Order: sequence, then C-alpha cells, then structure tokens
Amino acid sequence: MAGSSEVLVRLLGVTKSYPQLDHDIRILDDITLDIYRGQYVALLGPSGSGKSTLLRIVTGLTRPSYGTVLYRGEPVTGPHPDAAMVFQTFALYPWLTVQQNVEMGLLGKGVPASERSRRAALLIDLIGLDGYENAFPKELSGGMRQRVGFARALAVDPELLCMDEPFSALDFLTAENLRSELIGWWHDGRLPIQAVLMVTHGIEEAVYMADRIIILSKNPARVIADIANPLPYPRNRKAPAFLELTDHIYQIVTGWDRPAATLWTVPEESAKPTLKPLPQGHLSMLSGLLELVRDRGGVDDLYHLGSELFLEVDDLLPVTETAQLFHLAEVQAGDLKLTALGEEFVAGDIGRRKAIIRSQLKDIPLFQLIDRVLRTKANHSMARDFFLDILEENFSPKEAERQLATAINWGRFAELFHYDTDTELLFLEEDEANQSVQA
Amino acid sequence: MTSTQTGWGWREVGLGVFLAVLLALVIRLATRVHGFHPESGAISLSLAALPEDALWSWLRMAAAYALSLAFSLVYAYEAAHNAKAEKILIPILDILQSIPVLSFLPVVLLAFIGLFPHSRLGVNLASILLIFTGQVWNMVFSLYHGMITVPQDLQEAADNFQMNRWQRFRLLELPHSMVGLVWNSMMSWAGGWFFLMACEMFALGSRQFRLQGLGSYLQTAANKGQWGAELAGLGMLVLVIVAMDQLIWRPLLAWAEKFKVELIEAPPSHSAVLVFWRRLRLVHWLGTAWAHGLEAVDRSVAAAGRAWRRTRGLGIWDVVRWLFTAAMVIALYHAIQEAVRLVAGLPRGDLAMVGWATLATLGRVLAALAISVIWTVPVGVWIGLDRRWAGRLTPFTQIAASVPATALFPGLVALLLHVSGGLSLAAVILMVLGTQWYILFNVIAGASAIPEDLKEAARLFRLGRRRTWTLLILPAISPYLTTGLITAAGGAWNASIVAEYVSFQGHVYTTFGVGALIAESSVNNNDGLLLLSTVTLALTVVVINRFVWRRLYRRAEQRYRLG
Repeated sequence: MAGSSEVLVRLLGVTKSYPQLDHDIRILDDITLDIYRGQYVALLGPSGSGKSTLLRIVTGLTRPSYGTVLYRGEPVTGPHPDAAMVFQTFALYPWLTVQQNVEMGLLGKGVPASERSRRAALLIDLIGLDGYENAFPKELSGGMRQRVGFARALAVDPELLCMDEPFSALDFLTAENLRSELIGWWHDGRLPIQAVLMVTHGIEEAVYMADRIIILSKNPARVIADIANPLPYPRNRKAPAFLELTDHIYQIVTGWDRPAATLWTVPEESAKPTLKPLPQGHLSMLSGLLELVRDRGGVDDLYHLGSELFLEVDDLLPVTETAQLFHLAEVQAGDLKLTALGEEFVAGDIGRRKAIIRSQLKDIPLFQLIDRVLRTKANHSMARDFFLDILEENFSPKEAERQLATAINWGRFAELFHYDTDTELLFLEEDEANQSVQA
Repeated sequence: MTSTQTGWGWREVGLGVFLAVLLALVIRLATRVHGFHPESGAISLSLAALPEDALWSWLRMAAAYALSLAFSLVYAYEAAHNAKAEKILIPILDILQSIPVLSFLPVVLLAFIGLFPHSRLGVNLASILLIFTGQVWNMVFSLYHGMITVPQDLQEAADNFQMNRWQRFRLLELPHSMVGLVWNSMMSWAGGWFFLMACEMFALGSRQFRLQGLGSYLQTAANKGQWGAELAGLGMLVLVIVAMDQLIWRPLLAWAEKFKVELIEAPPSHSAVLVFWRRLRLVHWLGTAWAHGLEAVDRSVAAAGRAWRRTRGLGIWDVVRWLFTAAMVIALYHAIQEAVRLVAGLPRGDLAMVGWATLATLGRVLAALAISVIWTVPVGVWIGLDRRWAGRLTPFTQIAASVPATALFPGLVALLLHVSGGLSLAAVILMVLGTQWYILFNVIAGASAIPEDLKEAARLFRLGRRRTWTLLILPAISPYLTTGLITAAGGAWNASIVAEYVSFQGHVYTTFGVGALIAESSVNNNDGLLLLSTVTLALTVVVINRFVWRRLYRRAEQRYRLG
C-alpha cells in the first residue's frame, strides 16, 4: 500500500510556540505536508523535538499558534472524531475493565449499549484479548495493555490512526511482536483505517514499519527530510537494503542539531547573543563511551555502538554531542572518532579528566557567565534563581531547569564552582576566587 | 493542609476580612433573639436507651456527611473547572480549613435556635452544621486535588474520544479522586465524632442545650457521677466506631483500590465483607440498574447539551449572576458597617485581654504538642522498626485512637476539677488525648518506611544508639512527624474551645484563654468581644499555619524525604 493520490490530512505552515515574558519559544516551525490515503507515515525526530505536539495538532487535541490543519479539506478546530489516538503510556482508565475501556471511545459518540458491546467484542477478538474482557488494565502485561489501546482506538472506526511512540514503553520482545502483528493487520486490510501516522524516535522502527519517513529537526522542529521507503513487506532487518536505508537516515539524523549549516539557511532572528543549549549528557556515560571507542581503535560506527549498548539514537546523541562540545570526539559520516584531546582524556586519571573538562568549560558562554558573576561578586556566591532567570530568556522554564541542572552537575565535576542544595547558592571557595584573580 | 497556594497575597487578606465581616452579621442575628425555649429534655441513663442514643448520633453524623459530600462535589468541581472561581474558592477554603470550627459553636447554636425558636430542629441543625464545618474542608481539598491532577494522557484520551462533561466527570474525574475521597471521608467521620460529642450537649450560662444522643449520655453520666453508665456509653461508642470501620470503611478502602492510577500490580487488599457484598445477587441487580440509570443520564445530558448550545446567548445565567453579585455587595456593605460598629464599641482593655488570652491558649497547645511528641516519638519508632510488634499493636492503637477525646472529657473534668489549676490541666490533657494519635501514627509510618539497607549501614558502621538517632531515625521520620504535628496542632486548637469553658453539675468553670472568652462573650451578648476573639483566634491559627508549619513541612519534605 504505497498510498493513493487522495489527500487525507494537509498541514499548512503549522507553527507552535509557547509564549514567554518577552519573546516566544518556538517548538514547531512552519511545517507543511500532505498525508495521503493508504500511507503509513512515520514522524521521526529526537525527543523534545515537538513531534508529539505535531501529532496532537493533527488530531485536534492542541491548536497550532499559526497555520492550519485540513482534514479532507475541512479545517480542524477541535478533537477530530475521525482521528483516533494510541498513546505511549496507553492512557487506559485503570478503573474500567478491558471491555469498558474499549467501549469508552464509543461512549462519547452516543452509541447505544448493545451496539457498543458488539463492536468491542469484535475488536477484542481481532487483537487477541479474548477471555480478558473483565480484566482490569493492572492485571495485564504491557503488551496486552497496548493491545487494548489499539482496540479502543480502532473501535471508533477512525480514518486516521495516530500513534504516539506506541511501542517505546514496552520491552524489546513484546514491542517486536506487536510491531509485526500491527503491520500484518494493516497489510491484510483488516484494520478499518485509511492511513497511519506514527511518531517515533527509533530509526529501525520507522524503517521497519512505515512507507514514508518524515524526519524532524530540533529547536524548533522543521521537516529536514521526507523519505519514501519502498522496501517490500515483510521487511527483514538484516537485508542489505534495510541496513543501507537505516544508515542513510542515521547520517541525516546525526546532523539533527545543526540543520542550519547543512540543510537550511535560517536567518538570525535577533542580534542578541543567545545561549546555546547544553546537551544533557551524563559525564560518567561520556567517560564510558569514550573508553569503549578507544578500545575499538579510536573510531566506531554510531549505529553499531548504539545497538550494542541497547541505546536508541536518542539516548546516545546527547552523549556524543557532549563529546563533540568538549572536543573529545568528532562525528563524521555516522562514525564517532576520538580526537587527540579525547585520547588524552581517556588515558588520564580522574584529576586529569577534571582538568580537561574544566578548561573546556571555560570556552562555553554559560560557564563564562557563571564564572564572571561569581568572581566579581564580593562574597563570591550567587543564588541559583539568578541564573535560572537568565536561562529562561532563552529556554522554556522546564528546559531552563534542565540546562541549569546540567550546568551545575558539570561545574561540580570540574570543580569550577560549588553548589549548596540547601541554600540554593552557587559559590567559589575563598582561595579559589583569589587564585584565579591572580591568574 | 494540602494546598496549591504558596503565596500570601492581598487576595487572601481580603477574603479573610470578608469572612470576618460575614461572621459579624451572623453574630448580630444570633444574639438578637430573646425568649427562646431551652432544650432541656431529660437524658435517660438506662442502658436500654443506649442503642437509640447511638442511632440518633449516627443519623446526625450521616446527615452532616451527606451534606459535606454534596457540598464538596459542587465546590471542588467548580474550583477545578472555572479558573475565575478557582482564584477565590481555593483561598477561602484554605482559610476556612485552618480555623478551629468549635469557636463558632456558641454563635452557630444561637443563630439556629433563633431561626427555629420553638422546636428542637434548630439545635439539631446547628449540630449538623458544626459537624459539617468540621469535616467538609479536607474532602473538598482531596476532590479538588484529584480533579486537577488527572494525568494528561487520560484527559487527552477523553478529548480524543469526544466525551462530554458529564461522562468526563463520571468516568475520569470522580474515579481519579476516589481513593483520596474515601480516605478523607474516613478522616472526616473520625473528626465528626469529636465535634458531635461536644455539640450535642452544651451549656451557655444558665441555658442548657441537649440533644438525645451518645454525647449527651456521656456528659450526663459524668455530671451525675455514674461511672458505670459512663463506661457503658464509651463501650457503645467504640462498638459503633469499630462496626463502621469493619462494615463500611475497610470494604470501601478495598473497593477504592481499583481507582489507583499506578498500573503496577500490588497485592490486592482483601476484605471478606467486600467479597460477600459483591457476591450478593441484590448487589449485582442494583449494579445493572445503576448502569442503566447512567446510560439514561448520558443520553439526557447529551440531549440537554445540544439544547443548551442552541439557546446559549439568551443570557439567563448572566442575569442570575449579576443579581447574585448585587446581593452579595449589599450584604457585604451592611456587614462591614456592623463589624465596624461592633469593634468600635469595645473598650481598649479588651483588645489586650484578647491578646493575652490567645497567648495563654497558644501555651496550652504547645504544651500538649510537646507532651505528645515526648511519648509518641520513642514509642512510634519502636513500633515502626519492629514489624512483629507493629502487626500486633495496630488494632489496639486504632481502637484507642478512634475514641473521640471529647467523649472522655466529661469524665476527665469530673476527676480533675477539684485539683488546683485543674481545668487548665484538664484542657491540656484533653488536647493531648485528641492529638497524640496523629503524631503516633505518622511516626510509626515514618519509622517503618526506613529502608532496610540504611539500617544495616548504621549497624555495620557501629554508629551507636545516639548517632543512629541523630543521623538516621530523626531525619527519616521528620517529614512524617511534621505532617503529624500540623494535624495535631489543628486538633489542639479545636479542643481548646470546649476545654476552657465547662459546665459541670450546674456550675460553670472557666480557665483564662481565648476559648473561654468566646464562650463567655456569647453568653453575655458581648458581640464586639465575641467577634474580636473569634477573629483573633482564627487569624492566629492561619498565620501560624502559613509561616511555621507549612515552611517546616516544605523543608522536611525537600531535605529528608526518602526515595
């Protein structure tokens, strides 16, 4: 099913931003695309890229700040009755039985009781949960819960099935099993749906299931690639064509945070110097990863590393970005390669490693700011909220919290400054402050 | 003490003033009444009268609870769904829940007798209303909290499947609030017994108010020195409370398990009574009828929703809202006038007296808390750390805790009245009796939550007894201890009102304190003093809550919460 020429959903310049005090923070930027009847579309992007928000805009759960969603030519103004949603967290009502949960979707439509139970029974049969009608979600395994989620969404006879990372809360084997079953139902034509829109951060998952893959960037999300996936079903993960496509997408994706340079030219929005986001990489994971790469001869394929460590590209990327930020490694064509400094870091003891990170932090604007403030203040200490306020100029409040937590974590590791959790103060010890004034 | 508010802004102050002037209005209404008939129906002390007394008390409690439930549903729903209303409703709630309700006892009693001068209805309604005011706030808060914390994915599912407001309420918001509602209903009933005992029989000067019930029975027995009857009455009370616990609360709690949102399967709590009920054919039949009823309501709500959308724009509600606002403004204007006149008529000396009286009561409250902490912390930690003892002792402590302190008070007064400083001592003991359990249960919970590995580490490093206490046990129990203290302090303030002004064997005994001032001024029709002392008491409690307890709690919570 490669899709017909009939447009089911059309997104026109969809933009979403969250208002801050003096400016907005943009999550989605000018997204325009068509989804055709018969397509299985995967929206692929890193976590925090706003792809779930995009899905909620398509279903009418959230409104875009600018732009329009047209469903069969009609603008979407509220939750759309023909688009049903499958949630990452299943979103089953714990106090309702399997049967009642599946009927839930029909309640809102005012379907009479007898018809409700007939349709629910049909779908429970289809998804293989016969015998569990009176069980509560608590009593089911994760995979079975998501089956109920599918049945509930399908019960309302939707045209568009929207799935928000439907497999990411499941363990590996369960997810694999459910993926192949879902694809089977879709291709047998047993599902009463016209198109599927699936949000995912797993590249393999997208290549395995979808016949069209749309890749989004981060901060804000833009469409950076729209790739057709003509591989025949059933797909084999070991097939050379499969691996080739996966590797190709990996290379696009590792440029996720730098779309401006490589893929799009974005005009600078203001002359004001802005703080770049710090990647949320754990320093212990960084050390571990670099040691692993050293043992592999100083260079290794990212995709290979990820699958070996059971890390999605999403979990791996912040760490590699941190490595790049500190000039400890470089990413080239999907490979991670240690730099000379990286070799020194891996060879060094904890003191040497701290020194390297400390010298690298001194080049990062946020740390320069913190350092300058702490040195110039008479008592060499400053409230955490002060820095938080500055960060909130550039990031959403939640992101600002995360940024500051990372900064404090790195700063503590590198002994650049200290932080007291009780008083919420960042500070320098007296001798450190004097030392560096001389230096 | 749950609240989402952290600031203490002008809105709260304004609302506080508003509530104070409303109180002034009620006081005027209450004391204008003359020539009422005192309720002095004789209370029989025969054992045969006990079941009927218990039934009357229970009915009063049930009426107050039904009223609380209805009020909570409406109030919490409005606060959770109407952003404008929320800004006013929640601070009001926050103030009202920290005011010691019993300080209104004299005022409310007189007001209702004024409304129904020739029947027992007034006193009954007054007692029901007082119980209501004692138990409603935590129920409202738990419902409100449940409604605003509905997980986002469940809400989105409701949106996605186009549920209307009614379906959302019955399928999502009410179930999500259910666990908290059941727990708080249980607590409210326990609190209700406390108030019921105090307000079934009350003397203001020479005026005696009596309602047939367990509270009157206990007080009359103590008055006459009939200790056999007193014990029989207490036994009856314990019996009723234990029966309620076994037949209603345990099954309800087990039933409410299914409303927990965590999808982790815990060992299900078992209640034989619940299973018995569930297997009854009658219950099954009722369940089917209930489902049909819901179906019908669903249909009519959907129809009404369509009709409503058609007629919107007529603006009947706007007119009603405007009329209501106008009425409120007029009432407020009169109330302010009244309040100013009352307070302006007060002699200077009264102001200082109210201050000193409040301090005296505060001293008693602190003494009661100190005594409670001194014995409950070691005992609670000992029970909590030792699983075997915890299992064995829990039923006994629960029964002991279930007896409302006010039920014991008449007997206590009879014993201590002739000791010098007796009433002051009795007041402190009453507060301890009423509040120690909150602290004990919280300490037990805290101590039993200390992870095994931390205890092992303490043993491994040979910390010694003193260090183990300062480094492990005290920090670990501190969030729990603070929670217990907050609840206990509220209870202690409430107890002060009944404890400082006692009528016994025809004589009135008082000890210096704000509770006694309130009772005395209402007897003497001293409206200004009554208003001033009630407001001062309320203000003191609210301020202490805000600036001491809540801060302590937040600190303990951030710093010492394990896991």
